Amino acid sequence: MSFSAYILKRIGGLLLVLLVTSFLVFGLLYLAPGSPLAFILGPRGGTPAQIAAVTQQYHLNDPFIVRYFAWLGDLFRGNLGDSIVYRQPVSDLLFSRAGTTTALVSLAAVIIAVVGILAGTFAALRGGWVDQVVSTLAAIGLSTPVFVVGVALISLFAVGLGWFPTFGVGSGGFDTIWHLFLPAVALSVASAAYLARITRTAVNEERTREHVQTATVRGLSPRLIVRRHVLRNALIPITTVLGLTIATLIAGAVVVENVFALDGLGSLLVKAILQRDFAVVQAVVLVLVVAFVVVNAIVDVLYTFIDPRISLGSKQ
Amino acid sequence: MTEPLLRLDNVKATLRRRRSEQVLLNGVSFEIGQGEALGLVGESGSGKSLTTRAVTRMLDPAFRVDGSITFDGASVLGMNASALRKYRQKDVGMIFQDPRAHVNPVHSVGDFLTEALVRDRGVDQREAERRAVALLDEVGVRNPEARLRQYPHELSGGLLQRVMIASVLLAEPRLILADEPTTALDVTAQSDVMAILDEQRKARGLSLLFITHDLELAAACCDRLAVMYAGEIVEQGAHVYDTPTHPYTVELLGARPDIDAKAERLPVLTYNREIHERLKAEAMA
Amino acid sequence: MSEQAVTEQASSAQTQAPAVAVKSDGEHREPVLRRILDRLGVVGVIASVVLTVIVIAAVFAPVLAPYDPNFPDLMGALAGPSADHLLGADALGRDILSRLMFGAQVTLAGPGLVILLSTIVGTVLALVGAWCGGRVDAVIIWVLDILFAVPGIVFGLIAVAIWGPSLFTVVGGLAVAYIPYVARVVRGAALRERNLPYVSAAWLQGHSGFGITTTQILRNVQPIVIAQAVSSLGFAVIDLAAVSFLGLGVQPPTADLGLMVKSGFDSTLRGYPNEAIASGCLIVLIVWCVTVIGDRLISNARSV
Ligand SMILES: Nc1ncnc2c1ncn2[C@@H]1O[C@H](COP(=O)(O)OP(=O)(O)O)[C@@H](O)[C@H]1O
Ligand SMILES: [Mg+2]
Repeated sequence: MSFSAYILKRIGGLLLVLLVTSFLVFGLLYLAPGSPLAFILGPRGGTPAQIAAVTQQYHLNDPFIVRYFAWLGDLFRGNLGDSIVYRQPVSDLLFSRAGTTTALVSLAAVIIAVVGILAGTFAALRGGWVDQVVSTLAAIGLSTPVFVVGVALISLFAVGLGWFPTFGVGSGGFDTIWHLFLPAVALSVASAAYLARITRTAVNEERTREHVQTATVRGLSPRLIVRRHVLRNALIPITTVLGLTIATLIAGAVVVENVFALDGLGSLLVKAILQRDFAVVQAVVLVLVVAFVVVNAIVDVLYTFIDPRISLGSKQ
Repeated sequence: MTEPLLRLDNVKATLRRRRSEQVLLNGVSFEIGQGEALGLVGESGSGKSLTTRAVTRMLDPAFRVDGSITFDGASVLGMNASALRKYRQKDVGMIFQDPRAHVNPVHSVGDFLTEALVRDRGVDQREAERRAVALLDEVGVRNPEARLRQYPHELSGGLLQRVMIASVLLAEPRLILADEPTTALDVTAQSDVMAILDEQRKARGLSLLFITHDLELAAACCDRLAVMYAGEIVEQGAHVYDTPTHPYTVELLGARPDIDAKAERLPVLTYNREIHERLKAEAMA
Repeated sequence: MSEQAVTEQASSAQTQAPAVAVKSDGEHREPVLRRILDRLGVVGVIASVVLTVIVIAAVFAPVLAPYDPNFPDLMGALAGPSADHLLGADALGRDILSRLMFGAQVTLAGPGLVILLSTIVGTVLALVGAWCGGRVDAVIIWVLDILFAVPGIVFGLIAVAIWGPSLFTVVGGLAVAYIPYVARVVRGAALRERNLPYVSAAWLQGHSGFGITTTQILRNVQPIVIAQAVSSLGFAVIDLAAVSFLGLGVQPPTADLGLMVKSGFDSTLRGYPNEAIASGCLIVLIVWCVTVIGDRLISNARSV
C-alpha cells in the first residue's frame, strides 16, 4: 500500500471513529435525567438570555437527528459552543490549555522511553542483582497509582526539600520544564515500569535468537551484537508498547494535572464535570479520543520503519 | 606427516544439571586436513550439531568440555576472548541448517553480507559491497546488486542459503562447518545449494566438516566419513561407505531405500543403546 | 461422504475428546499445597496471604475496627501513632486504621463489581462473535475498537458528567471501559478453542452451536478469563481510586482509600503525612498483590 493511500485510509478510519464518538458524546446529553435544557443550566436555572443561547447552541428546537448534524456542522467549522461557566467559546478555552497538556505528556513520554528502555536493557544484560533490583522496582512502580506518586513527590521534593516548585506551570521555556518535571515524573512512573519490564523480556528473548548465534560465530564484537542484533530487534515490541503507553498518558494527565494544579485539558475536564459545563466536557472528550487515535496511527507508521517485514496497513 | 588443520582428541561434552550430569559427547576424535572434507553422519540427536558447537566454542556455559580441540596447532579450548574472536572471524565459517532463522530479519541482505568486513576488518563500505556482489554472482545469485537492497523475508530459502554461503566465503575462512545446510530447503533447491558449496570449497581449497543425514551425498562430496551414534564416533575413514565394518553403519547403509529393487517394506533399524553398550564392553574385554 | 463415514469420524474424534479434557483437569494428583505453590511461586503465595489478610480485615471491619470510622474527635485531630490510635488520626480526629479497614471495603468491592460486569459482558460478546463469525463478529469487533479508542478513566468521568458523582456511576462507566480488554483476550482464546478437534467432534455428535459454545469452550477458556479478570482488577483499583481522589466518585464522609490520599495530601502540606502514607501504601499493596497473582495465573493459563 502506498504511503498516501495508507494515510487516506487512516484518516478515513479516524473520521469514522470521530463520527461515532461525537454521536455518543452528543447523545450523552439525552441520557441524563431531566430535559437537556434543565441539565445544562443546572439547578440554578438560567436567565431568559441564557435559555435562548443554550437553545440555539444545541438547536433544541429541532428534531434529535437534525440537532446532531447541526451540532456536528458547528463542530467542523471549529465552533465547539460556549462554556456556560467561563462565558467564552470552548475552542478558546481548549486552545489555551492544550499546550500545558501537550508539554506534560511529551516530557513524560521522553522520561518513559529513556528510563524504561535503559532500565530494562540494563536488567537483561547485566542480570544478577541489577536484574533483581530493576524487576522489584518495576513491580512496585506498576502498582503505584499516578496520584499516589504525585502526592509523594510534592510532599518530598517540593514541600519537604524545596527543590521543585509545588504548583503551576511557570513562565515558559526552561522554567516550564522545571515546573512540569515532577508532574511528568509522576505521570511516567507506572508506564516506565511497564516499559522496563517489556524491554527486559524482549532483550532476553532476542538474545536467544538463532541469528544472534550467527553474529557471534562470525566473531562480531559483543557490543556490536548487542546493538545491531539484540537491541535493534527488541525495538519492535518496545515501540508497540511505548505507543500504547503514550496514548494512555493522555488520560493519566487528567489526574496529574489535578494533583499539581496545572491548568491543562485534564483539570479543565474535571472542573467542567463538577460544574456541569457540558459543552466543555464534550469538547475535551473528543480531543482526548482524537489524540488517542492519532498517536496510534503514528505508531503504526513508525512500525514500518522498524520492522521491514511489515508494510503499511498490513497489520490492520 | 603434516599437522592436520583441525584435530579433535577425545572430546567430551558434559551437560551439568542441578543434580545430575549428562555426557552428550563421549570421546569424539577426528582430524580434518588442509583442503580435506569430512562427512559427519548419524541419526538426529546423536551429537552432530554439538560437535560443531564445540569446535566454534558456541556451547552453552552449562556444558563442560574436556579433551582437546586444536586448530592449526592452537588449542581452541584455551583461547582467550580476543583470540577466540579472531579465530571465529578468520579461521572458521559456519553454515546453519535454517537460513530463515539464522539471518537477522531486520537488516538488508547487503548489511548482513558486509557487516563483518566493514565493522571488524575496516574494509570500506563500497569495497565490501563490491566484494559481496562478486561473491553473490559466484554462488549463482542472479541480479546481485538488487539483492543487496532486499530483506531476508523477500528471498526464498534456497536463495537465502546461498547468501549465507556467500557471507561465509566473504570472510575467507580456512574451515567451513556446514550443519545440514540443505535439510530445511525444498528438494530442487537442495542439490543446487549443495553443488555450489562443493564447487566453491574445492575451488578455494577449503576444508569442510559436512553434517548430513544423507549418506550418499556425504560420500559423494567428502573424502572421508565419520559415523556418530549416541555422542560417539563409531567408525570413520575413507572405507566407510563401500566397506562398513561397524554393525550400526552396516544397518544404516542397509536402511537406504533402493531405487532399483522395490522393497516390500522399508527396513527398521534394530541397533539400539543396549547393543551399543554391549559391543563397547566386548571391545574393551 | 457416507453417513457411516461421518459416524466413524465422530466416534474416533470422541475418543480424542477426553484426552483434551484430561489435560485441562491436570493429570497429576499432588498435595493441594504443593500444587498451589507450584502455580503461584513463593512471591505469589506471599501476595495471596497478604491479600487474604486485607480482605478479611475489610470484610470484618465492623467487628475488627477499633473505632467508628466516621467518629470525629477534634481534640485528637492529626494525632500521631499511639497505643490508642495505632496509625494516628486524620484532620477530623478520626482513627486512620479504622478508616483504612472500612475504606478497603469500597476499594475492593467497587473494582470487583467493575470486573464482574465487564467480564460477563465481554465474555458473552466475545463468544457470540467467535461462534457466529461473519457480520456479527465484524460488528462486535468494530464496537470493541471504538471502545478501545476512549481511554478507560474517561468513561468513568463521562458517566459522572451525566449522572453526577457517585460510586455506582463510576463503576458503571469503568465497567464499559473494561469490556474490550476482556473481550479481546476471550475472543482469541475462543477462536483457538473453536479450531480444536473436540469442538468439531461435539458438533458432529449433534450438539447445538449454543450448547458447544457455552459448555465446552467456556469451560476451556475459563482459566484465561479468570487470569485476565484478576490482572485487570489491579487497573480497576487504580482507576477507581483515582476518580475518588478527584472527588468524582465516592463522596465524603464515606471512607475510601482514594479519598483518604486526597485528605491526607492536605494534611501532609500542613506537615502531617500519616494518613497519606498509610492510605497510599495500602493501595499500592492491594494492587501489587492482585497484579502478582494475576501475572502468575496468566502465565499458567498460557502454558496449559
Ligand atoms: N543446550 C542443550 N541442552 C540440553 N541438551 C542438549 C542441548 N543441546 C543439545 N542437547 C542434546 O544433545 C543431543 C545431541 O544434540 P545435537 O547435537 O543437536 O544432535 P544432532 O546430531 O541431531 O545435531 C540431543 O539429545 C539433544 O537433546
Ligand atoms: Mg543437528
